[in-house]
Amino acid sequence: MSAAEQLHGDLKLEGLRKRYPNGYVAVKSLDLVVPAGSFFALLGPSGCGKTTTLRMVAGLEEVTKGSISIGDKEITHEKPYRRPVNTVFQNYALFPHLTIMENVEFGPKRKGVKDTAKRVKEILELTELEAQARKKPAQLSGGQQQRVALARALINRPEVLLLDEPLGALDLKLRRAMQTELKRIQEEVGITFVHVTHDQEEAMTMADIVAVMNGGEIEQMGAPYELYTNPQTTFVANFLGRSNLIKGKVLGREGSGADEVVKVDMYGSTVSIKASRVHTASSEGWIGIRPEKLVIQPQDKPKDSTDELLSTAVVVDVNYSGVSTDYILEMPWGQRLICFEQNTGRRGGLVKEGTKVDVSWRPNFAFLLDSSQDVEAGRGEA
Amino acid sequence: MANKLRAPSTKTAYILIAPAAVWLGVFFVFPFMSLLATSMYDPAGSVITGYDMTWRVQNFSEALGEYWPYLLRSLIYASIATAICLVLGYVLAYAMAFKAGRWKTVLLVLVVAPFFTSFLVRTLAWKLILGDDGWLVNALQTIHFLPPDGRLLATPVAVVAGITYNFLPFMILPLYASLEKIDHKLLEASRDLYANPFQSFLRVTWPLSLPGVVGGTLLTFIPATGDYINATLLGSTNTQMVGNKIQVLFTKAGDYPHAGALSVILLVMIVALVMVYVRKAGTEELL
Repeated sequence: MSAAEQLHGDLKLEGLRKRYPNGYVAVKSLDLVVPAGSFFALLGPSGCGKTTTLRMVAGLEEVTKGSISIGDKEITHEKPYRRPVNTVFQNYALFPHLTIMENVEFGPKRKGVKDTAKRVKEILELTELEAQARKKPAQLSGGQQQRVALARALINRPEVLLLDEPLGALDLKLRRAMQTELKRIQEEVGITFVHVTHDQEEAMTMADIVAVMNGGEIEQMGAPYELYTNPQTTFVANFLGRSNLIKGKVLGREGSGADEVVKVDMYGSTVSIKASRVHTASSEGWIGIRPEKLVIQPQDKPKDSTDELLSTAVVVDVNYSGVSTDYILEMPWGQRLICFEQNTGRRGGLVKEGTKVDVSWRPNFAFLLDSSQDVEAGRGEA
Repeated sequence: MANKLRAPSTKTAYILIAPAAVWLGVFFVFPFMSLLATSMYDPAGSVITGYDMTWRVQNFSEALGEYWPYLLRSLIYASIATAICLVLGYVLAYAMAFKAGRWKTVLLVLVVAPFFTSFLVRTLAWKLILGDDGWLVNALQTIHFLPPDGRLLATPVAVVAGITYNFLPFMILPLYASLEKIDHKLLEASRDLYANPFQSFLRVTWPLSLPGVVGGTLLTFIPATGDYINATLLGSTNTQMVGNKIQVLFTKAGDYPHAGALSVILLVMIVALVMVYVRKAGTEELL
């Protein structure tokens, strides 16, 4: 299988809507293009409609409104067994009465492929399952079962592979290992992967494009870097990593083109935020800054940062986790902010609780969000 | 096994097994030995004078030679009834497990409901239903399905119908139990992997329900083979099953040795059939 012959059409969802008979609208109106051959992640908290979307693409859930197509072919109302799409189910759904080999052969056999032996061998090699071929699913470890589920779907060479929380049942270490593994396999086969997950780290490490879903809608979509550094809503800012959101008053604009900035007053000091990172038109907004973009230095020590001074603060809590430390800072205006610091040893120890510190930052990484949005949105959800 | 911390002591195991073991010893092992012994008594004796133990194995060949048509009839009737039960039971159990939704429990109660009445009463009711002047026979005669003098009662049809009716719940319950356990995700996976509904049934649902099929057919076939109530109440002298013969030999003819021999033959036959069946079905591990 060369990557070239695996290139098919894009997966296109237009105005996709799902309303359950009980009236619950799981997916409101989804417009989405997943480029062929890409690793696409649908990220969101449970109940956001991501699994429903996936199941509609698989044909396991009826579409209330809108359309689904792959390339030029519309498949909105096609039976699941006639779609060029396969699914890796949450908890795998391996056939317990069949061996690994029979599980993997299941798809090709139903499709009437004559000589499956070569393909089975190929796919078992790709997923490193040759030694398990004659075993039953129950005899395999979680990680191995996960790979069987993948092999069973991939062997059909679908145009789109759907993965429904495929790593959810694995423990953390195995999950990290399988993320790399999945990414490798995707690059090798070149099939479009649509990966549903609630784990933001998983989505960001694996996917080329991430769509953040909330309440049956897409909040924001883009490359992981873009999403993380320039979130457009408080939900994305809080759900994808963590954010300090500080109230600010818009003063005005300066400059033009790429250099255009918006001046914002933050409790007495004026900060400049790049216009491309400003996502509100109103006179107030949430100034967002990621915890790792804040730098602290005790006031009795010489300032060694080239960053812009933001304010002074008092350390009120220290959460040490080995590789890094979270400092909770109380700002002069009473708000608490999180500062994340790698424990590089530069400081020669931790900053103690109660220490007065200077807080500096790189304002070019700040963003401005609409003040009408809930500052808590997406916080603590997973 | 991870849980090796406190393996239950063998003593506890024996204590737990003891009550059942005593029960089985008194009410199964002992009577069974006595049956085996009876089957080899000298038939020259009688119930009044008593029997001599002469290890007379000819009892078996005599019983077999004399009564094989009854054995054969029992097997045929039981097989037909089991097959009909399987078809009817599977459809119903499938509907209950997959389609009934909140009616599941109601249907389950309805399946078990006949047990609230005695087996005998239910079979007697069938006698009325199938009776010569009953509405069923009249209706069938009207549509010329039965000739004007045709009847249902006292025919093999009546006996097989009675057996089917009486043992149907024993088929449905194990079938339902195994169908109900099937993870719906597996059927979704099968649809996702290009299996149409028929293939999904054949490749996923049916194999996964095999424990229920085997359990249900055994629970139906075994008691049906030895049944004599249905043949007595719904049949005629031409539809007598081996159970009838054994009963007559014991209670009417007073020929204990041949009755015992016939019972042992029936038992051996059933055990042999079950073993072949279970092996054929490939469900040893599932039983």
